[in-house]
Amino acid sequence: MFEKKPKLTSTKTKKRDIPSGLWVKCDDCDEMIYNQELIANLKVCPKCDRHFPMTARERISALADMGTFQETNANMTSVDMLKFTGMAAYTERLKTYQRQTQLNDAVITGLCQIRGHPVTLGVMDFTFLGASMGSVVGEKITAVIESATERAIPSIIVAASGGARMYEGILSLMQMAKTSAALARHAKERLPYIAVLTHPTTAGVMASFASLGDVIMAEPKALIGFAGPRVIKETTQQELPDGFQTSEFMLEHGLIDIIVHRKELRDAISKTLQYFAANGGRKSKAA
Amino acid sequence: MRIYTLDFEKPVVELEQTLESLRKQAQEQKIDLSAQIKLIEEKLDATRKEIFTSLTPWQRVQLARHPRRPYMLDYLQRIATDFIELHGDRRFADDHAMVGGLATLGAHRVMVIGQQKGRDTKENLMRNFGCAHPEGYRKALRLMQLAEKFNLPVVSFIDTPGAYPGVGAEERHIAEAIAVNLREMMLLEIPLVAVVIGEGGSGGALGIGVCDRVLILENAYYSVISPEGCAAILWKDRAAAPQAAAALKLTAPDLQELGVVDGIIPEPLGGAQVDYDASAAALKAAIGKELDHLQTVPLAELLSARYGRFRKLGVVQNQGTRSQTRKPRARSVNS
Repeated sequence: MFEKKPKLTSTKTKKRDIPSGLWVKCDDCDEMIYNQELIANLKVCPKCDRHFPMTARERISALADMGTFQETNANMTSVDMLKFTGMAAYTERLKTYQRQTQLNDAVITGLCQIRGHPVTLGVMDFTFLGASMGSVVGEKITAVIESATERAIPSIIVAASGGARMYEGILSLMQMAKTSAALARHAKERLPYIAVLTHPTTAGVMASFASLGDVIMAEPKALIGFAGPRVIKETTQQELPDGFQTSEFMLEHGLIDIIVHRKELRDAISKTLQYFAANGGRKSKAA
Repeated sequence: MRIYTLDFEKPVVELEQTLESLRKQAQEQKIDLSAQIKLIEEKLDATRKEIFTSLTPWQRVQLARHPRRPYMLDYLQRIATDFIELHGDRRFADDHAMVGGLATLGAHRVMVIGQQKGRDTKENLMRNFGCAHPEGYRKALRLMQLAEKFNLPVVSFIDTPGAYPGVGAEERHIAEAIAVNLREMMLLEIPLVAVVIGEGGSGGALGIGVCDRVLILENAYYSVISPEGCAAILWKDRAAAPQAAAALKLTAPDLQELGVVDGIIPEPLGGAQVDYDASAAALKAAIGKELDHLQTVPLAELLSARYGRFRKLGVVQNQGTRSQTRKPRARSVNS
């Protein structure tokens, strides 16, 4: 509608910096939304249903039964193993993001209940270094899956990621193998794993645990794929199809089981678990 | 005469050319140039040693991508007494960037899989520069599961700039194809050996790399991202690739130190492309040794060691919460 952005949108700083009580403009429909209303609406635009990014904490409080979440490995932080210095040193970036996000790294993991189902839950937070997967993300995800396997309960991961964390070099790549290995064992015990893909889930995370759900759910209009659209365009010199790499595109192309509106997510997970966990956990083929 | 020469190879190539012309001259004009020839030979040896024993990470990356570097099929030709190539993923297509089949390596009957690059433009179009599509990874998995059914070990040859970033690859879910391989390889009830013979390009390499033993040729590399890609993102300049290559710790010795590879297979001085036969012999010996050993390991032990091998990779620390006082309270550093 407006070619030039109205002055009001000059609050285009980081969303978390906006004090509550201000107005937020929806990028999709231009609607001005009262911030409190947006939060109350699980950060979904009341007019056009655009799903705004959610922090890991917000996600957990939206999914876990009240008061049930027990965080695991909360104090685990990254190490600058390779002494990586590019334009900015890795340790500096970590400090900056830790200060800005109040997170130790890009994932929060723990045990909780979802509508009474005991589960392990891992939630990635895109605000921390693009939720890139380094050793901490890989370790926490692996550990939380292993603890689900040990307890014979379902594992849920809400994914978002720009990919591997380059600052940790090859060790970040190895996290793909590590997390997938834990899922291999979890699957062998016939225990459910649900992957929830949120905007954006790409690259190394997509090429490991995010693609391995017994059921893969996705939020509407999330970017989902392996390579970034720009890389694909540059490599192939091809025009990209409409809606390329959206949840809807991936549903149409057979990857995603179901697109779930954020308001329905808790129900969708718990109902699915009712089917999978109806007979209570571990069952071997022979039994 | 060499057709392709890397910048840092030039002093060697120049000396080789001088040597060649001296020998020709001596022969044609029937004069004794043995003193000069000996001098140049000594200089050539020294120069070779000087250059190739102090390679920078970036120079190794260039060697790993050397257009004359032996590829999977070059090695197979030399190390396999028999090879029956098996094609297709039984779903969509046969991916020529990923080769697989039954092979006899010395005393071992195995299933081989691996990426294959092309030698010239025409071949590279067919091989897609060694960049496999989803069907390549699905073919590889199909063959590995076939190997499991008939109790054959798998030998995986890794040599790819990366999985292919294209529209079709996304439409057919390259990420899922790789992820499924990572999960399923962990459970395969047969010994698995991988060798990075050239480029170990990120997820595309790992997609056939979840093995009991992962070896690497001396000048091959294995990285989460190409040095150019990393430079473009973290230095905002692709020309910073040499710095990125150093920062990424992608060379064979670095990878061994990090526990990502279990052994380094030496290459002839100057790189594998200098002597295909010698390179192949070293490769064959190393693979044979691993297979000999792995076949004595009981299955349960094999599988738990495979899990443990990858489970331990990564470095984290447990600190007190980022308290405002910022008192360092490092408690443990997991290996």
